[in-house]
Amino acid sequence: MTISIASPSDSHERSEQRLMLLLLAPALLVVGALLIVPLGWLAWQSIWQDGGFTIVNYQRFLTDSVYWMTFLQTFRIAFVVTLATVLLGYPVAYVAAGLPQRWSMIVLALVLLPFWTSVLVRAYAWLILLQRTGIVNSALKSAGLIDSPLLLVNNEFGTVLATIHILLPFMVLPLYATMKKIPQELVMAGSSLGGSPLHVFLRVFLPLSLPGMIAGMVLVFVLTLGFYITPELLGGGRTYMVSMLVSRNIQVYNEWGAASSISVVLMICVFLVFKLASLLIPFERIIGTR
Amino acid sequence: MLPKFSTLVLSASVIGFSVGFASAEQITFVSQGGAYQEAQTKAILDPVAALLGITINQDSAPDAWPVIKTQTATGKPVWDVVDTPTQDCIRGGQQDMIEKLDFSKIPNAQKMPAQYKSPYSVAYEFYSSVLAYNKDKFGDNPPKSWADFWDVKKFPGTRALRNHPLATLEAALLADGVPADKLYPLDVDRAFKKLQEIKPYITVWWTSGAQSAQLLADREVDMEMAWNGRVTAVAKEGIPVSYTFNQGFLQYTSLCILKGAPNLDTAVKFVNAAMTPDIQANFPAYIDYGPGNPEAYKTGKITPERAAEMPSSPENAAKQVLVSDEWWSSKAGEDAQKRWASFIQQ
Repeated sequence: MTISIASPSDSHERSEQRLMLLLLAPALLVVGALLIVPLGWLAWQSIWQDGGFTIVNYQRFLTDSVYWMTFLQTFRIAFVVTLATVLLGYPVAYVAAGLPQRWSMIVLALVLLPFWTSVLVRAYAWLILLQRTGIVNSALKSAGLIDSPLLLVNNEFGTVLATIHILLPFMVLPLYATMKKIPQELVMAGSSLGGSPLHVFLRVFLPLSLPGMIAGMVLVFVLTLGFYITPELLGGGRTYMVSMLVSRNIQVYNEWGAASSISVVLMICVFLVFKLASLLIPFERIIGTR
Repeated sequence: MLPKFSTLVLSASVIGFSVGFASAEQITFVSQGGAYQEAQTKAILDPVAALLGITINQDSAPDAWPVIKTQTATGKPVWDVVDTPTQDCIRGGQQDMIEKLDFSKIPNAQKMPAQYKSPYSVAYEFYSSVLAYNKDKFGDNPPKSWADFWDVKKFPGTRALRNHPLATLEAALLADGVPADKLYPLDVDRAFKKLQEIKPYITVWWTSGAQSAQLLADREVDMEMAWNGRVTAVAKEGIPVSYTFNQGFLQYTSLCILKGAPNLDTAVKFVNAAMTPDIQANFPAYIDYGPGNPEAYKTGKITPERAAEMPSSPENAAKQVLVSDEWWSSKAGEDAQKRWASFIQQ
């Protein structure tokens, strides 16, 4: 009886797998055609120029100060942004995870609402807030706190501030997901064994929330490395990030090989960041599949 | 904008058929999009389509250069005629991406000054990089020259320049006392040295025309180098800004034809028709950019008042420096462009 039922379900499963593969095929084709092939072409372009192999595009990283200075500035900004999002995002996620369901949903909605707004719109919003005649400066001025307007935007400060705002959800969401899974009993057990709230937090809660924090940090760091619109609009032309170097090489200098090599190096940097992080927590946790 | 373009194509082809061209000729024309392309559709493209009985398909690219490069690399370009900064036409021509123009087939360009033409291009539309300022800030004594722009003591205030060496290096040299007729070839070292002086006082190095307009409109900067059309657009909104054509940098976009263009013959006919003085004279009616063909000022279509606002009118052109696209597309010009990135970063 059981056998006669199992074998049709087996063949059913096989046909289902075939169907799944068939259904997946277009997606795989799209990924292949739109991701794998262009990436390969990109890498190829950086080493093949005028009918021969060349390393000139990579040599520039050693000889041209603009290249490594841009990478340095980009990594510095990514570092600052990551640190700031941890400091700002952790308390928010902590509060959201500790609140009753309905309230935590409201907190999360407040985090997500700006997340759904276009990056462009938010960049301009910051411009309006922070510029010389902006709301912040006029408020400070009318309060008598400053005489001449502060330079809050069109520099690295404004860029970093807006980037933090844009990327904060990428820190809060993985943190919240991890914190939600920490059993309250462990915290209670810690208290009942005589730990002060701070002690319990540092010894029990914080270590258990670390995977979410690392996942968030990796996401924020990697996303900052590729930021383009925000520094372009809020950087005042001085805040020069790697993506701008790529676009400049194509639009102004027409150096496709150079642009490709920068992209390849940036991509390698991103892989290295992921690799480093995966030593600490499994990769699947970073991208949130588990 | 898309439906508008398709109606245009449709109406143009209807005209084509009604005039009796069984297989209506067509070209694909590319410009920079936005209000500018809309204006030239009415000023130039519609009249030309009617005149020749051809269909003009439009495309737009804010920066056509990378696309020209990719299209011609395949040997089968889709575009025919491009309206683009002259530099693209010249360097494109040198790199075998742009067709050499046969001026015997473009009689309308015959009377144009030699410096408005190159073997690959013909001046189509003029704009100017001018010194713009906030009227409220400076009252009766606004900055009038690049020397004034550099004079932070006499003219205190925030400043902006374009994040690009073209016209910026020229401004630095004029501020440093180089006579306008001795600018080219540019003394690049001297220009960068002079720019270093003003660098601490530059609030923003703008990258797009829209950004330069926004800086003026929001009063983020008190003076800046900006394109004349952008400044007048801001002024029309009632914001107290003005500019001077004095020591402005006259620039033009040109028409050029892609190498191996699918409709080469029609493209040449199009270029000639687009340069017709009478059609060129339509530009000022729709936008604050001047006709590329100076003959347009003689048609009587442009009022003297309007001509005074046009960067390319003979009177205004005389006050300005014509930017040398030839120099900028030379090796020295390309090197200066590359040096710009490190100048900005340091």
